[in-house]
Parts: sequence; structure tokens; C-alpha cells
Amino acid sequence: MRIPEPAMSEVIQMALGLAQRGFRGRITAIAVQPGTSDLPTGELERRLLELGFTEGASVEILHEGLFGRDPIAVRINDATVAIRRREAMAILVS
Amino acid sequence: MSVLSPSEPLHFALIGTPNSGKTALFNALTGSRQKVANYPGVTVERKSGLLQTPGGRSVNLIDLPGTYSLRARSPDEEVTRDFVLGRFKSETAPDLLLCVADSTNLRLALRLVLELKRVGRPLLLVLNMIDIARRRGIDIDLDILSAELGVPVITAAAVRRGGTDDLMRRLDELAAAADAVRTGATWQAPTPAELRAAQREADRIIAAAVKMPAKPDTLTTRLDAVLLHPVAGLVILLALLFVMFQAVFSWAQPLMDLINDGFGALGALAHSTLPGGLLQSFVENGVISGVGSVIVFLPQILILFLFILLLEDLGYMARAAFLMDRIMGGAGLHGRAFIPLLSSFACAIPGIMATRVIDNPRDRLTTILVAPLMTCSARIPVYTLIISAFIPNRTIWGFASLQGVVMFGLYAAGILSALGVSALAKFLFWRESPTPPFMLELPDYKLPRPRSVLTGVYTRAKMFLHRAGTTIFSMMVLIWFLASFPRPPAGATGPDIDYSLAAWIGHALEPVLAPIGFNWQINVALIPGMAAREVAVAALGTVYAIEGGKENASQIGQALLQHWSLPTALAVLAWYIFAPQCASTLAVIKRETGSWRWMAVTFAYMLALAYVAAFATYHVAVALGAG
Repeated sequence: MRIPEPAMSEVIQMALGLAQRGFRGRITAIAVQPGTSDLPTGELERRLLELGFTEGASVEILHEGLFGRDPIAVRINDATVAIRRREAMAILVS
Repeated sequence: MSVLSPSEPLHFALIGTPNSGKTALFNALTGSRQKVANYPGVTVERKSGLLQTPGGRSVNLIDLPGTYSLRARSPDEEVTRDFVLGRFKSETAPDLLLCVADSTNLRLALRLVLELKRVGRPLLLVLNMIDIARRRGIDIDLDILSAELGVPVITAAAVRRGGTDDLMRRLDELAAAADAVRTGATWQAPTPAELRAAQREADRIIAAAVKMPAKPDTLTTRLDAVLLHPVAGLVILLALLFVMFQAVFSWAQPLMDLINDGFGALGALAHSTLPGGLLQSFVENGVISGVGSVIVFLPQILILFLFILLLEDLGYMARAAFLMDRIMGGAGLHGRAFIPLLSSFACAIPGIMATRVIDNPRDRLTTILVAPLMTCSARIPVYTLIISAFIPNRTIWGFASLQGVVMFGLYAAGILSALGVSALAKFLFWRESPTPPFMLELPDYKLPRPRSVLTGVYTRAKMFLHRAGTTIFSMMVLIWFLASFPRPPAGATGPDIDYSLAAWIGHALEPVLAPIGFNWQINVALIPGMAAREVAVAALGTVYAIEGGKENASQIGQALLQHWSLPTALAVLAWYIFAPQCASTLAVIKRETGSWRWMAVTFAYMLALAYVAAFATYHVAVALGAG
């Protein structure tokens, strides 16, 4: 999947993996870039989808770890999921 | 298709996402009539139990490992998939699937239900924890939900008394339906597009059937503000671990002493009632002390699992893994590995059993491999004996006792080597395979229910006694045999063990162990020391012909001081940090990994480390002029 350049899209899009604690937004796309994960192609995308990271879902970063502010605890709709920033790079939000 | 006669038991399976309260429901439905085993060929736990419907049909209920999808990603999930699809040759395909969902968190569960519909087996959605959902003001319209999903829906509150009555009443009806013709399975692994579509459909159904309260429950959020705080969270976690360690380490001690004394008294009774000779020795040293050496671990295992199950049911375990992920991850370990490793300071056996909290099989295996390197309590008698005999009791750096520093060094060496070995194992065995991502749902906090926790503790205890007991016991008998045969010749003057196979092995090992400074007496003591590390203390007493065993440690220390050089003593200490000197641990590793291979790997690498460490220690000490 192609990620639109921030300048080209009307709303600013960023990776959830770069967001600060307290960030609130909506998922615009699940786009796994090469090197985001050691998993086989398509596997990370499906795992994220199975944990409820689908387009349109609302997300909020509730907590982060002490070292490297990693991992992060993400509120997604009405559930909370812990995930490393590395994998969260595949979740695009606005 | 098979038509079952009403007398045959039906096979129902519980399936659901992690944290759906599936196991609590299983406990509530089957009580203590549970059997825990492994699926053939894999290390996945197979939990089954029997229950009677009100109409008198007996049902064999299987608790499948939690999963978000039938698309299997781990051995646990493969078991779930193959079982549900009826692909297991050794298992009867389920007549009915009970999909368990947490009523307060339906989103992922409903997507799973939509996927399960394609399996073509009778399906029922159980809305568990309905009591909590109602209390929070979540309003679920069961009729709409059932109509939209095309699946019957029933509510349950597994942890409440009477919370499963509705479900039990419906079981007969369901049993009749289960005999009906099944549709063919059309399931195949969903593509990302199908997953998206299914989740959209699930979200649409939730919007139609579920009304969320205007004011959401914020208890979990408020607790997490403290418990997941980057600094305070870690401090609280460490405090919790400290209490747990204390409990396993010291609260269990009186009970363990009691068990020890009990078996000691039983042994003495056998000693005095049976005529002297082989039978007496077998009953006293083989059977009674063999069984005793297994049962003595029971208090630690009970306390440890009580803590683990309480924290798990509370929802804290996932948080602990979150807090520890980065710290443990540096050594290639999973965030959840710290509880098993911490417990291993008391004893590696409950520690290895506790690795069941790690769901990724690779992470679990690494943890099992390094758990025996943690300094367990059985090493303490050996350490204190040698330290008090050889290390001068003086103060260094103005404040620290040299003996204490040596003791601390031994503990630190254990921890550092465990971290090193796990990093190495990752490099050696799993370099090619991908690092599993850390993705974990953090469930809402829930008060644990005593009944469910106690059932869990009881099941663990039974499993430990059953499974480890048989293997450990047979090893004990073998060790007794080695230390007792052949019998000493008439008129022999030395202790019996000098004439046994153990002594023969001790002498045979001399060329191998002499380079690390061990004499044959040490080699002989190592063999009964395989039963449990602390037994080596008593065995050293025996080979140096001192009566009284552990109680006479200071006298044994004097004997050692006469017979050993300082480098030898230091080499024995280095040896004991690493040596796989515990048959019970090896037996449990075999049981938990389901393979001789990993037991052999553990034995070999620990032996190699022990030899190298003792060799280096001995020669460095000699070179420094300590000999």
C-alpha cells in the first residue's frame, strides 16, 4: 500500500509509532513498510487488524514505557492494547 | 457426519479471545473434574473436563487456547484451529463450539464469531462477565445481536454463584442441536481485506445491538495512571515482586520444614521397624526420601501459583509484561519471563512450571533453558558450607563482609550468565526466525474470584504431583541404586558409599575432573548430589566419614579445610553456579518441553559452563598462589 505524502493529503498523516503520549486521532491506514517487522509480508498487517487496528478506529496513546518511551499502551475504541513503537510505525493516523 | 446415541458423551469446545474469562467459565462448568495433559507432539496444554447437563447427557468440555483468529500463528493457535476444524487425528471433532466473549469488550470477539461461522459447526456465543457489563451500564440487546450474527447468544457470569445456570439449562437444547446435520466447512485463512470487512461488519453489529453508557467506567484508567506510570509503575512492580519472592522463599519455609521433618520421622520409623539391610535402605533412602524430595516443593509451588493466578485474574500480568518488556527484551527474553525467573531463585521447578504464562513457545523455551541458572535455595547450603570454611570472615572496603561479597558474587554470576545464555540461545537457535512482536491486550482490571483461583491452584498442584512425581521419583530410585550397589564386602571399614557404583563412577571421573581441582571424594558426592544440590553436603560428610549430615555442617567444614586446597574450594563454588546438579529440574524440563532434546541441551550447556568456570577458577587461583 502506498502512503500519501503529508503535503498531498488534506489532513496531516503520521505514524502512530512517532506520536507522543496523549495523542488522540483516527487510523487512516495500515501500511507496513519494509523493515518495520521481521514477520513475513502481510503478517504484521493481519495481526494489527486482528487486534482491532482498522481504518477509522479512534486511537489514543495512554501510557509509554520508561526506556525509549517504548512500548506504548494504545486505547483503540473501547479496548487497550500494548504494542512496541516499531510495529506501531505501520499504523498511520491523523 | 456422525449421529451419536444419547448415551455417548458429547464433545463441546470453549473458544475465545484471550482475557474473555474462558478459563473461569471452564472452571465454573467443570469444577474440579478437570484433566490437564499435552496434545500429542506439541507442548500445548490440553484442558478437558466432564459435566452433566440437567437432562443427564454427559459432555466432555475442552478449553482451547485463547486466540483472536483461526489463522494460526503459534503452536497454541494451531491446536485451536486444527481442533475446531476436526483435523486432529487423535481428537474427536467438537459437536458444538461455545465462543466466549467479554461482554465489556465485544469488538474483537464478534469478528472471531463471524470467522467461526465459516467452520460449519454448531456455534453458540456466550456473553461472559455480563454482570460487570450491566453494572457499568452497557446495554446489550441479545435479540438484535443474535439475529444480526445468525448465532444463538446466551449470557453468563462465570465467577458468580449461579452465573452459569442459564447456560446449563440451555445445554440440553444445544445437545439436541449438536446431533443435527452440519454444514460443510468453508473456512480458510482470511486475507487482510476479509479481516477489514469482517471487523467493519462486527462494528456495524455492535452499533446496532450495544448501547455504551454516557459515562464510561474509568477505574481501570485511573489505576493505570499509577500502575503504568513509567517510574511509579516499575517501583510498584518491584515491590510486588519482592513480596512474592519473600512469600515463595520464606513463607513456604515452615511448611517445607514440616514436610521434611515428617518424611524424616517416617524414614526413622522405617529404619527402626524394618530389619537392617537392602529393604530398609530402599524404603528409607530410596522411597521415603525420594517421595519426600518431591513433595517438599509443593508449598513453594502452591504459593507461587496463588500469586500468579491472582495477578493474572486481576489483569495485572499483562501490565507487568508491558513494564518489563524493554528491560527483558535486551537479553532476548519476553516481558513475561521475569516472574518465572524470579521464582527460580527459590527453586527452578516452580519457576519452569510458571513459564506457562509466556504464550510464545520460543520465548518460553528460552526462559526454561536459563531458569536453572538462577541461584536456587538448594545451592545455599553448599555455598554457606564452603564459604564459611574457606573465606575468611573479615571486612573489606570498610563496610562489607568478605563472605557476603562472595555470596553476592555467586548470585550475580548466576543472573549475568542467564542473561548471556538467553542472548546466545537467541543467536544460535533462532537467528533465522523473526523476532515475535510484542502485542498484548491490556484487559480491564477485575477482582479475582477465590473459587476460580483455588481451582487453578488445585489443578497445578495435582499436575505437579502427578507428572513430575513419577519422573523425579524414578530418578531418585536410580540415584539410590548407584549409591547403594554393590553392597560393601563383609568386614568393610569405610562408609557404604565407598564400595558402590557411585564411588566407581567417582574414581572413573577422576581423570576428567582432576584438571578442575576435584578429588574423587568430591566426584562421589556429586552423584547423590544429583538428587538435590544440598544432598551433596550430607554426601561429603559421608565420604569423609562424618555422621550427622547437614546438622553437622561446621564439622564437615573442618574436614574440608583439611582435605581441600583453596583453589579446589573455589572451583567447587564456581561449579555449583552452573552445574546441572538437580535431577528434578531436568525431569521438569523434560515434562514441560515434552522433549528429551531440550533436557539434553540444558544438561550439556550447564555442564560445559560449570566445567569451564571451575577450570578457570582453579587455575587462576593456583597461578595467583592460593594453592
